[in-house]
This record gives sequence, structure tokens and C-alpha cells, in this order.
Amino acid sequence: MPVVVALGSVAVLILVAVAALFLVARPAFATRFVYGAAGLVALVLMVTALAALLGRVDISGEIVLPVGLPWVGAHFRIDPLSAFFLVVIDLGAAAASLYALGYGAHETQPERVLPFFPAFLAGMNLVILAADAFSFLVAWEFMSLASWALVMAHHQAEENRRAGFVYLVMASFGTLMLLLAFGLMAGPDGVYAFAEMRHRVHADWLPGLVLLLALLGAGSKAGLVPLHVWLPLAHPAAPSHVSALMSGVMTKVALYGFVRIVFDLVGDPVWWWSAVVMALGALTAVVGVLHAILERDFKRLLAYSTVENIGIVFIGLGLALAFAANEMAAPAALALTAALFHALNHSLFKGLMFFGAGAVLTATGERDIEKLGGLIHRLPVTAVVVLGGAMAISALPPLNGFVSEWMIFQAILLSPDLPQWALKLMVPAVGAALAFSAALAGACFVRAYGVAFLGRPRSTAAAGAHEVDRFSLVAMGLLLGLCLMAGVVPGLVIDAVSSVAVQVVGHDMPPQPLWPTLSIVPVSEGRSSYSGMLVLVFIAMSSGLAAWAIHRFASKALRRGPAWDCGFPDASPVTQYTADSFAMPIRRVFGPVAFRSHIERRMPPPGDPSPAQLKVVKHDLSWEILYAPISGRVARLAERLNTLQFLSIRSYLTLVFAALVGLLVVVAIWA
Amino acid sequence: MGHFALDLAHLLAGGMVLVSFMLLYQNRMFGLLNVFALHALVLSASVAWQAWVQNAPHLYVTAAIALVLKAIVIPLALRRMVIRLEIHRTIETVGGIGLTMLMGIALVALSLVVMLQAAAEADPLAREDVALALSVILLGLLMMVTRYNAVSQIIGFMSLENGLILAAAGAKGMPLVVEISVAFSVLVAFIVIGVFLFRIRERFDSVDTHALDDYREGRQ
Repeated sequence: MPVVVALGSVAVLILVAVAALFLVARPAFATRFVYGAAGLVALVLMVTALAALLGRVDISGEIVLPVGLPWVGAHFRIDPLSAFFLVVIDLGAAAASLYALGYGAHETQPERVLPFFPAFLAGMNLVILAADAFSFLVAWEFMSLASWALVMAHHQAEENRRAGFVYLVMASFGTLMLLLAFGLMAGPDGVYAFAEMRHRVHADWLPGLVLLLALLGAGSKAGLVPLHVWLPLAHPAAPSHVSALMSGVMTKVALYGFVRIVFDLVGDPVWWWSAVVMALGALTAVVGVLHAILERDFKRLLAYSTVENIGIVFIGLGLALAFAANEMAAPAALALTAALFHALNHSLFKGLMFFGAGAVLTATGERDIEKLGGLIHRLPVTAVVVLGGAMAISALPPLNGFVSEWMIFQAILLSPDLPQWALKLMVPAVGAALAFSAALAGACFVRAYGVAFLGRPRSTAAAGAHEVDRFSLVAMGLLLGLCLMAGVVPGLVIDAVSSVAVQVVGHDMPPQPLWPTLSIVPVSEGRSSYSGMLVLVFIAMSSGLAAWAIHRFASKALRRGPAWDCGFPDASPVTQYTADSFAMPIRRVFGPVAFRSHIERRMPPPGDPSPAQLKVVKHDLSWEILYAPISGRVARLAERLNTLQFLSIRSYLTLVFAALVGLLVVVAIWA
Repeated sequence: MGHFALDLAHLLAGGMVLVSFMLLYQNRMFGLLNVFALHALVLSASVAWQAWVQNAPHLYVTAAIALVLKAIVIPLALRRMVIRLEIHRTIETVGGIGLTMLMGIALVALSLVVMLQAAAEADPLAREDVALALSVILLGLLMMVTRYNAVSQIIGFMSLENGLILAAAGAKGMPLVVEISVAFSVLVAFIVIGVFLFRIRERFDSVDTHALDDYREGRQ
């Protein structure tokens, strides 16, 4: 049974984590051993899960281990939904391990990373494999703690410690919400095994509450606005291959949790759920991309882009809920497939982009894109693969990001068939938000790529950069190849997730024709179809033709002469267009609303030779409106409760005594 | 036999509650120790009677442990300790004996109400035993709370533990190993506390727990 293989692999990962503890005395060997072993195990897991997803192996059957709650045990199984997410996770994990074989050699404190990396992978896999609420929550918390340890790997930096703290608080909050959700679903008789939980009959009010708790719990891990505040802090704080895992893969575990609870466990959806999910998704997508486009830190920009992509996936899930609530199974399957496809795509290109950011960091030591520039000459291979990743993440055809977003739009176009007027009016607005965020994502990555890789170096570090090692390049190239493949032959992915759609919404998309044009047909041939292969062929032909024409008809001689230099033959790199200048129009338009941003000008008084200064002041509204008051109140309360720590022994005894008597009085009155 | 067994069990358990009340107002060290020995003696008798009634020979072992450890060894050891600490002549001020007694009465009433309601269907022998045992526990806690002297607090703790044994003996089927381990853990606690008493005394020249508080780090 594949679940046995999967559990065995998880056990091996944990053993590797333990072995890493003993090997840290020899960091070079430990790095190779840990990442090599983790990569192999992830590969085994991925192949197993892929076989399970495609129906090549028998996945029926459940394993119950006698650990955990005594009367429940620990249940594990693989079904199509979990198989799909296992594939996503272990694909990302294998790529990250491969990348880390090279990247990990630059780690200054390998003992803070190596033991936790396999443990983190084990935790994520266990969450997906768990088939009862208790194991699920334990694995979830294990995953959170392992990733927290990785965030704290470079704890010397003050901002990383803050990131770790915020992450820990948000992770605990999320787990608490999931705990409550599972508690509600398990009911007073404590039905914790998923197999029995999904057949329970609930009170009317309960599923809606579970949906909100799941949104809070899984959403805080995935990065739904306004629960996203930890994500841009914590994801960049970890080493880059871990950032790739946290951003590309761990958010998918959160999505899995949401899908598992809302689509599978709690019962039939109600139409208003979809409105809540879509509204949050749209808000997340727009806020995420607006933050991303103004960000100067490359890794943080990518983290905000993760927030945006999670919003897109939630829009797809919301659409699936809307259709499923109205018994429209085929459109629901389309929306769900699109959402899952986008989740897969995001794990591919976000992993690639974080690897690229790690490569830039290794080569230059810089994360601030304003200090980069001209890297295309110094990191030629990295520059090409990162360009591919940036195109994929900006949803440009023929790459994969376009396909999934196009499918979500196809689902949006089916919304007039929905019976509820509220949804009929809302879905187009959500579509507009999605289009808006897709466009801004394009601008965001044009900016990031252009400033970092094109032009001339803005710092000596960027000028002296060298290409990174082979492992990193291979890992990035592999992901780019998968991005291209998923974009050109999307039918393969759609057909692969059809069993998931059948399981989750009871229907699947029609099988996609592989021949003659490899096009995908979401609804019917007459309505719309898309062929990545045709687009690729067209792009290849037209660009080839253009290149040929230029070389044929233009002068072949390569000239390098002074540009239009206005009398300054050697202009300083500072005169180049900067990232902030690129983002300025968007900041002007949206900043006052989205960030309450304004510019502070400081003019020196007449006679003072110091330069005038411009400073953009930006506010993170969700932090200031939501989090600052709460944390302030908690701090004040803690300050007051602090006196409890300095009581005498007798006072403590008296407190215990009073509590006991109080409880007895309650019992006496109640009984 | 049935009525008589119940009555005598009641009498002995009630006797323990009475001795607990006596503990509450003792303000001389030796008096306190003597009453505590009496407390353990009544416990031992009560457990022995339970052993006879329930026909459970292992409870005799419990009774013997209570008799030897609680009624003889620990009081004697405490007596030596008190003499070595030179506090045998001190008179401890127990604030408001009347008030403490009233609180004790309220606690007994509370535990009877709770237990008689909570265990309405249980065997009356066990039920009332447990109710009285809970009173003894609460009175022991009350004693620990109202006293300042560390030795008196130990005695409060030990009498609380006697209440636990009484409850355990009343409930049928409590395995012997549990009782023995409880008895030994109390002995260990006693030894640890005894060592601590001397250390505290060495440091602070007093076993009044007020003295400790003044030295707590970070006290504001």
C-alpha cells in the first residue's frame, strides 16, 4: 500500500533529522548527506503519490497506529486529494533538497538548519497523510515548530527574531482555530477519525462556523489578508531553500487543510460561504500584489507575491464552493481544478524564484534590488531561468501561470448561470480584482527583474558577482522545465487531478484531447479553448523570424559606442531608472488608499548646504488597525498579571485553595 | 453487622474530621505533633476497620503503614526536628481561631453537599467515607493556608494526605501498590521538606515562611 511507503519515508526523514544532530561536527559531509537523503526520500514520496494520484496503485485501506489518543489511535491514508498535495509538496521538497546541495554549502551555521530541514519535510507530509483530527493537529504543529526553528536559523539579526516571534504567535493562533474547528466537527462524542467525521450530521449553525474557523486557521498559515502579516517577515528570514519550501510548499499544506475541512469533512456547502471565501481571496490578491510591487527586498517581494497567489487560489476555491452549493458540478470541477492547478504552479515558480533570489544572495550578498543591476552579464544562466520564472509568475503564455489563471477566468465567465443575485454581481467584481492583480503582478516582476538583472551594477557587490554552483542551476532549470511543461501540455495536469475533482466535488473536467493541438477545453469546444503548444510555436516562430530578419537586414557589426551621454561620457549607475521610480506611478495611485502613504520632503533652510530629502512614509494598515491594538492590550494585561509571579508561597496556596473551593461550590450548585 | 459496620466506619471517619478541627487551633508545637499522631492513629483504625468490613487483607498493610509511619516515625522525627530547631517553646499566633473554625465548618458542609449529591447512587459506606475524607483534605489545605510556621504547614500537608488515604481505603478495589507508593512519596516529601527546613533555618534564622518572601529575587 502506498500509505505504508509514505509513512516509512516519513520515518526515514525523521531518522535523517536525528542523524543530522550527530553529524554537525562535519558540516560539509552532513550537508551532502542530509540534503541528498532528504531529496531521495522526497522523490520516493513523490513517485508514490503520483502513482496513487493516477490510479496506478491501490490506495484503499487505512493504517491505524496505536499512538496518539488512546481510544482513537493515529489514522493515516492516501486518497486522491492527499495524493495530489503530496505530489506538490514532495516535488518542491526534492527540488529544494537538490538546490540546497549547492546552496547549503554557504550556510554559516549548518547545525541550525540541517536537523530541522528533514523534520520540516516529515511534518508537512504527515499533515497530508493524517486521517484523524488529532494526528492532523499534532503534525500541523510539528510542521510549524520545525519551520519556526528554520526561521530562527539566523537569529542574530534582530528582525529575524521578531519574525520568529510573530510567526510563532500566528502559528499558535492558527492551530487554535483549527483545533476549535475539529472540536466542533467531532462533536460531544469525540468522533476524531475523518472517515467517521464526514458522515456526522451537524446542527444548522455549525458548518458556517467551521468554515470561518478554517479560514482563520488555514488562512493564517496560507497568508490570507489580514492574517498574512507574519509571512513577509518569516519567509525571507529563513535560508533561501527553506524560504522556497515555506512559500511554495507550506502554504499548500494550509490550502490542503482548508480544502479537506470545507469540501470534504464538514458537509455540503452553502452559497454564502463562497462569497466570504472569494471576497477574502480577492482582497488577498490585490493587497499582496500592491505590497509586492512597492517592496525593495527581493525575498520579501516574493513573499508578498505568495500572498497574492494564495488569494488567486482562494478565488478559485470560492468559485468551486459557489458552483458546488448550487449543484453545478461541472463548473465546480473546473473552478476546483483551476485552483489546484494554480497551487501546483505556484509551488513550481515560487520555488524557482526563491532559488533565484538565493542565487543572487549567494553571488552578491544583497537582497535589496536597488543595489543590484546588470546581473544578466554575470549570472547568465540564473538570469535566464529567473526570467522564465518571472514570466510564469506573471501569467504570460505559454507558461503555466497563464493556464491556471485563464481557467479561473473561464470559471468566472460561467457565473451568470448562478441563481443567487449576490453572487452574480459579486463574481465579476472578483474577476476584475483578479485581472487587476494579474496585471500588477506582471508589472511587479518586470520591475524586479529589470532592476536586478538588467542595466548596470549599482553596487560593487553586484559588479563582482559570479555564477552559482551547478546543483542550484540544475534545480532551477528543472523547475523551469516543469513550468514550461505544465504550460504547454496542461491537459496532463488537468487529467491527473480529475480524480481529485471527482472526490471533492463529485465531477471532473472532460478529458483533455492530447492531439492534434494539445489544447485544453474547459467547458466545450465552441466556447473556448487554449493551446499552449500553438502559442509556444507561434512565439518561437515569430521571435525566430524577427531575429533572423534583424540579423539578415540590419548591420551585422556589433558596435559599442557612447550612448546619448549629454556630455557625461561615463554616467554614474545611480542615474539609472530605480525600482522606486518604477513603482512610483502605482504608489501615487493606490498608495494613499492602500497604505495611507505620503511623501515627506525635508528642505534644508537657506544657507544650509545639506541635501534635501524625500521620504516615502508607508503604513501597513492591517498591522496598525488589527494587530497593534490587540498586541498593545495583551502587553498591558501581561504587565498586570506579572504581579502574580511575585506572591508568597502562602498566597499561592491560598489561590489554589480558593480555586478548589470555588470549583466545589460550582459543582454543589450545579449538581 | 451491616448497620454496625456503617456506624463504626462513620464514627472513625468523623473522628478524623474532629481531629482535623483540633489541629486547626493548636498553637503549641508539641500539642500540634501529638494531635497529628492522634490523627494518624484514627486513620489507621479507620483503615483497619475498612479492611475488616470489605474483607480486604491488603488494607491491613495500609493501616500498618499509617500506624508505623504516620503515628510514630514522622511525629517523633518532627519532634526531634522541632527541638533541634529550638522552636518547641514558640507559640504560634494563629489568627482568629473562631473565624478559622467557622471556615472549617463551612468547608465540611460544602464537601458533604458536593459528595452526597455527586455520588448519590454509590455504596453508602464508600460515599460517606469519601465525603468525610474530602472534608479532611480541605481542612488540611485550610491549615496550610492559615499557618506561617513551616512545621505546621508540613503537618497540614500530612493531614491532607491522611484524608487521601482515607478516601482510597473507602473506595473498593484500590490496589495496594497505589497506597504504598502514596505512603512512600509522602515519606520522601517529608524528608525533602525536613532538609529544606534546616537549610532555610541556616539561611534565614527562622522557619517562618514570611522570612523567605523578603529575599525573593525581583520582588517589587
